[in-house]
Amino acid sequence: MADIAQSGPKIARRPTRVIPIVEAVLLALLIAMPLLVSDFLTVIITRMIILAMLAISFDLCWGYSGIMTFGQALYFGMAGYVVALLANKTGFVQFWGVIPIGMATGLLAALFIGWFLLLGKRTPEIIFVALGTLTASYAAERMVAGWQWVGAGNGMSVFDFLKIGDYELEPGIVFYYIAAAILVLVYLASRYLVRSQFGLVLAGMRQNEERLAFFGYKVQVFKALVFCFAGMIAGLSGALYAYHEGFIGPGSMGIVLSTYAVLYGLFGGAGTLLGPIIGVIAIESISFTLSDLDAVKSFWPVVLGVILLVVVAYKPTGLLGFVLSQRERIGTFGIGTARRDANPRKSDDGAA
Amino acid sequence: MALLEVQGVGKTFGALRALDGVDVSVRANTFHGLIGPNGSGKSTLLKAIAGAHLADDGTITFDGSDITKMRAADRARRGLSLKFQITAVLPELSVYDNLLLSIQADEPVWALVRSRSRGEAHDRVMDALERFRLADRADDLAGELSHGLQQWLEIAMALMRRPKLLLLDEPTGGMSPEERRATGELLMPIKADCALVIVEHDLDFIKDICDHLTVLDQGRVLDDGTVAEIEASPKVQEVYTTRV
Repeated sequence: MADIAQSGPKIARRPTRVIPIVEAVLLALLIAMPLLVSDFLTVIITRMIILAMLAISFDLCWGYSGIMTFGQALYFGMAGYVVALLANKTGFVQFWGVIPIGMATGLLAALFIGWFLLLGKRTPEIIFVALGTLTASYAAERMVAGWQWVGAGNGMSVFDFLKIGDYELEPGIVFYYIAAAILVLVYLASRYLVRSQFGLVLAGMRQNEERLAFFGYKVQVFKALVFCFAGMIAGLSGALYAYHEGFIGPGSMGIVLSTYAVLYGLFGGAGTLLGPIIGVIAIESISFTLSDLDAVKSFWPVVLGVILLVVVAYKPTGLLGFVLSQRERIGTFGIGTARRDANPRKSDDGAA
Repeated sequence: MALLEVQGVGKTFGALRALDGVDVSVRANTFHGLIGPNGSGKSTLLKAIAGAHLADDGTITFDGSDITKMRAADRARRGLSLKFQITAVLPELSVYDNLLLSIQADEPVWALVRSRSRGEAHDRVMDALERFRLADRADDLAGELSHGLQQWLEIAMALMRRPKLLLLDEPTGGMSPEERRATGELLMPIKADCALVIVEHDLDFIKDICDHLTVLDQGRVLDDGTVAEIEASPKVQEVYTTRV
């Protein structure tokens, strides 16, 4: 037969899978951390856990769908404001209502923005979406900064604690474990999505969007769906943040936090879901440490900026890219060929 | 009734009139070749049919529907499938996943999220891998395949959707004579299920597999007929002896 077909059977390569190891390590740390650190640090790490959800929402957009969003804080902040207003104006602070309301706020805001930016007649350019989301985030920040009803530049304090029944969720170990459980659920739901047949479409889209249109895929619809899902996660994160910090301000929906979401993703390793979590831990830990070091106290953001620049410029796959192969990052989506080996009717006897 | 009817189609790029009043008719279950010198408009016509370019004038009717202004994705959903001139497999996905991706395009989004058709698709993917002699490379990345195997993979991907009309742009480009012969063998069995419009520079290959030929020259139809009629056409002979 033709020489191109004479490649011969290959020995299956079974490289060590890194993702399950990283997942196990992070999960162990997540469970053990409050038992190992002080109450003060437990509160700091809870904030990291909440920000990790925001970072995952960015990763779903950029790392998996090629949507460069510079406005994830918009959904985060908007949800934070909505639940803060509900608490302050109506006294509604029940966990089972607050969390879905935060998610719905993020979802609807992302649907509104996504409708304009992603669902046009033509597939939008990356730069158009980046500038569009950046502008929306900036405009929202300016708007709330000048709006007295929501506290203007001072933001809004949330005076009540989140409640489950009559139990008040103060920042501390219980809040930590609830936030950690929600992060695990967000991670698992996102992982389920990106490893499904839907995720295969996203993986194809990242490599050749035009090709997918010729298969019949409406690429913009897939992008818009992921964008809305990511907005919902950012909203969930923002609702938790408002109660954990007891405060929500214009900065929580503006370009600085939006840019942090981008940095968390790129620094940790986009397109992995785990990378953004590592990115949050790394950036927030470095910030926390540097800001307390006498030698760099006055200029620590510059030091942080240089570290981020070096990693993002020299390792575009982020910290996780040091241990994760490109093949494992993209993954496989089918049942695989094992079934063929188990059922030779189609392979070697020509019966097919 | 013809499966595909191209009537008076024109396409201009800046000062270049790439297609000028082109008429082509393709019947179901036939292989139709588009031939002509370089720059005659063959690939442009194929892209206008597939929706990569929108025709400036004229109409394109496919399976009874006017698709002239329809988007590529909608044309694909109606049964048009295109294999690009430059191979466009997805290089960082496995061979298996490339085929799975091409097969599941008609699934509702929710079914894709739940991966409901992964099991059903498996047998079809495995059959295609066997048929296109790619079974041993199923787990390899598509980008690791040789050029010839990438061409076969792309033809397989185009066929996975069970199209009514397959559009192939130079499917044997860069292949050895042996590989071209094998490609012809792979294509012939599909005639029972779909029609084929093929752009190809290898005239021997195209004469072997096609029922009907349309010759383009400078964006216009120079001649149209069966292989025997085209071979005997003085107009075609003149173009091929003086300019090719």
